[in-house]
Amino acid sequence: MGFLPFAVAVWLFVIGLWGVVSSRNLVRTVLCLTVVQSSTYLVLLGVGYRTGAMAPIVADIPSTSKLVDPIVQVLVLTDVVIEATITALLLALVVQAHKRFGSIDPEDLRPLRD
Amino acid sequence: MTRRVRLGLFLVAGAGLAVVLLLGFGGLPSFGHAHELDGAVVNLDEPTLRHATDVVTALNFDLRAFDTLGEEFILFASVTGVALLLRTLRQEEEEDQEITPGIEDHRFAGASDGVKLTSLLLIPLLIAFGAYLVFHGQLTPGGGFQGGVVLAAGPIAVLLAGRYLSMKRIAPKRLLEVSDALGAAAYGLIGLGGLIFTGVYLEDPLPLGVSGQLLSAGMMPLNSIAVGLEVTGAFLLTWTQFFDQTLVGPPSGS
Repeated sequence: MGFLPFAVAVWLFVIGLWGVVSSRNLVRTVLCLTVVQSSTYLVLLGVGYRTGAMAPIVADIPSTSKLVDPIVQVLVLTDVVIEATITALLLALVVQAHKRFGSIDPEDLRPLRD
Repeated sequence: MTRRVRLGLFLVAGAGLAVVLLLGFGGLPSFGHAHELDGAVVNLDEPTLRHATDVVTALNFDLRAFDTLGEEFILFASVTGVALLLRTLRQEEEEDQEITPGIEDHRFAGASDGVKLTSLLLIPLLIAFGAYLVFHGQLTPGGGFQGGVVLAAGPIAVLLAGRYLSMKRIAPKRLLEVSDALGAAAYGLIGLGGLIFTGVYLEDPLPLGVSGQLLSAGMMPLNSIAVGLEVTGAFLLTWTQFFDQTLVGPPSGS
């Protein structure tokens, strides 16, 4: 049981990469990249979790209670911000690709053809 | 390289990657048994030394204040990038001159009466909840980033409830740009305040106040408001750029 969250993270990472590689639609490629990124949330939160611990909010509990690691939670917050910015930039590129080539199939992007 | 070869290559590489990752994660402490000392130290220190009760926000605006500055500017740069990528190109500008007829009463396609009513009810709730998250960042779960995103959802509810142009009326692009830039600048200037009054950039010159009160934890509420302003502006600007691509201007494919 103790390893399950990390196994799920590996699954998300690899299946997301499969989506990126196999995608025939650039919007789907971008969404698959967010799946890859969501695996990092699981790893970070999994690393910081302690069984039976409370959230690190001490508004109504004493600060000596058993709390989970707040550092990884802050890293997840950064992670979410980065994901949002990357997704926005990539989707803007997809819009431009559609304007140039009239298609969002990666195979139709002319400079990428061999 | 054909598609089939590429997918075959990935199957081999992906399986290898999965095995390596599984082996690597095997070395981590098992789930629920974290023994990181840093986290425990921060959990004890931030409430006592900074009078903040939300340790996550306290970390964000205190220990990692400089990282948050970087985060702010990543968001800022990304909005600039989206605006640059989606700018009106020259040949599009000519087409734009003939304003699409009927754009004045463009409604969100497919919005039923139920969606409209729910969105109308959501608008005040979203604004109130967003403001609560921004202002209580150092006390309860929340903070500038989270509150900013909820606040940005308010005008999106206006879009769902009615016309795109009424959303642009309550959140005009110029206002969003100002909010985005002002938030980013304010965070940098708050840090400068620390440099002037204590000699250390982003150090806290303000009194800490009573733990649990709205105005406590030094400059954290100010930081939170600055970040909230920036995130609201940044998200709405990004969304407006994308909406402009489809809802205004020549219909695609023509």
